[in-house]
Amino acid sequence: MDGVTSATSLSFDLRQTPLRQVNQFLHDVQTVHIQTVHSTQTVQILNPDGAHNIAVGLDAPLQVEIVGHTGYYAAGMNQLATVTIVGNAGPGVAENMMSGRVQVQGFASVSAGASAQGGLLVIDGDASLRCGISLKGGDIVVGGNVGSFSAFMAQAGRLVICGDAGDALGDSLYEAVIYVRGQIKSLGADAQLEPMTDQDYAAVADLLAQSGRFHDPQEFKRVASARQLYHWNADANQEY
Amino acid sequence: MCGIVGLLIKKPELRDCLGELMVPILLGMAQRGPDSAGLAVFTDSLDDTHRKYSLYAGGQTFNWNGLTHAFQTAFDIAPAMQINGNHAVLSSTLAPDAVKAWLKQHYPQLHILSTGRTIDLYKEIGQPAAVADRYNFKSLKGSHGVAHTRMATESAVTPAHAHPFTAGEDFCLVHNGSLSNPNALRRQLEPQGIRFETDNDTEAACRFLEWRMREGDDLETSLQKGFEELDGFYTFLMGTADKLALVRDAFACKPAVVAETDDYVAIASEFHALAHLPHINQAQIYEPAPEELYVWTV
Repeated sequence: MDGVTSATSLSFDLRQTPLRQVNQFLHDVQTVHIQTVHSTQTVQILNPDGAHNIAVGLDAPLQVEIVGHTGYYAAGMNQLATVTIVGNAGPGVAENMMSGRVQVQGFASVSAGASAQGGLLVIDGDASLRCGISLKGGDIVVGGNVGSFSAFMAQAGRLVICGDAGDALGDSLYEAVIYVRGQIKSLGADAQLEPMTDQDYAAVADLLAQSGRFHDPQEFKRVASARQLYHWNADANQEY
Repeated sequence: MCGIVGLLIKKPELRDCLGELMVPILLGMAQRGPDSAGLAVFTDSLDDTHRKYSLYAGGQTFNWNGLTHAFQTAFDIAPAMQINGNHAVLSSTLAPDAVKAWLKQHYPQLHILSTGRTIDLYKEIGQPAAVADRYNFKSLKGSHGVAHTRMATESAVTPAHAHPFTAGEDFCLVHNGSLSNPNALRRQLEPQGIRFETDNDTEAACRFLEWRMREGDDLETSLQKGFEELDGFYTFLMGTADKLALVRDAFACKPAVVAETDDYVAIASEFHALAHLPHINQAQIYEPAPEELYVWTV
């Protein structure tokens, strides 16, 4: 093990240790390093310098803190782990997450949380286009704004947007639900505003609490599928 | 996939370091574009009676001294020459049309990479590191530069298809993406007497924008027209004598990251290529929004 250990943290410097070795360490934690890493310890990754695939495929209840900006697919396919990026994230952060929690303290590039099946992705800053594209059951809370085509074809899960949304929000939505606090530039095909129910307010309150945000759930609007695209309509003449 | 690189130096005393700062960014983008690489540097301007031409002789050894003598014989005036292997920068007070016509007639094998008062341009096939070494990119000095690493998707890998593309004077463009209407643009431009050198989609965008500027648009207006006329995926980075400009299409599929400090504006396709720049920790870092103009002036 090349990392520097202390009682409460263990740290790798990506300018010293190859990324593959660090990821291997994180994968082996449950089987090989059970004696050296305790669940209360944080594994710190220093100088990520925008590298791709940092902390992908984790499958243990680890705490990982990445200090700096990440490249493509950081914390992708995450399972059980809690990954915090103290910086900005490149495209596809937490894509295909299964469970656990990923937090980006800066902004996230395109396709954040794409296809996530579970877990919670928190983006404190803005998220770029296609945030939560094809979401399959995960939850995403964005502190700032989201770009166009967010939640495109999202099938299940929830996207909470504390700022504004770009064009075509929720285009071709299935059963995922979007909550927006700010302005919506435009809704996508088959996405519609719906009244908030008590269940919706409770869901927003819970997700805001989990992500450490203090907005009033009453300020949020609900966007969900009108379900008009579920069945092909010959009379629609391709106009949706 | 391709890599784009841009650097504009804000503090004049750092202009001597332009190449030294740009090369690591270019090498960081090598994996996005291992086919070819190119770099345009905007230097101190020649006075308005002079023009310089970046000339490329391909793989062959070229008799630059012979060209210099022939030029002197033809025009009765010696050109200034900066020779670097198969590349040379020729400067002269003669009218550009006369120089270009003469070069074309007597040296059809030479490729005129750029024309202007401030631009020098280098491009070549091969690994970006090899191209940077061959022309000693590290030694280049100037106020701003535009570079590219290419992974070809829709036309051949040749030096002529490498980026940056140029049109007119002191203008160049690099592109990550692919256009879906380059042939329509060609059919629009060719009847105006605009000639193409390759079948590359980026060349069509480059000539379209330069044509708009020649018709009287400023850079910003020409880019607005570009949003209407250019169809496809693109992140474009452009250089003019005193500006660097960056735009992304509405879908923003092709990445770009900007890092700005008091000393420089640096642009790359991905952050990791900028991570080693001086004072990057204090830089303002952002991704350009789709269909917005980002223009920096020297």
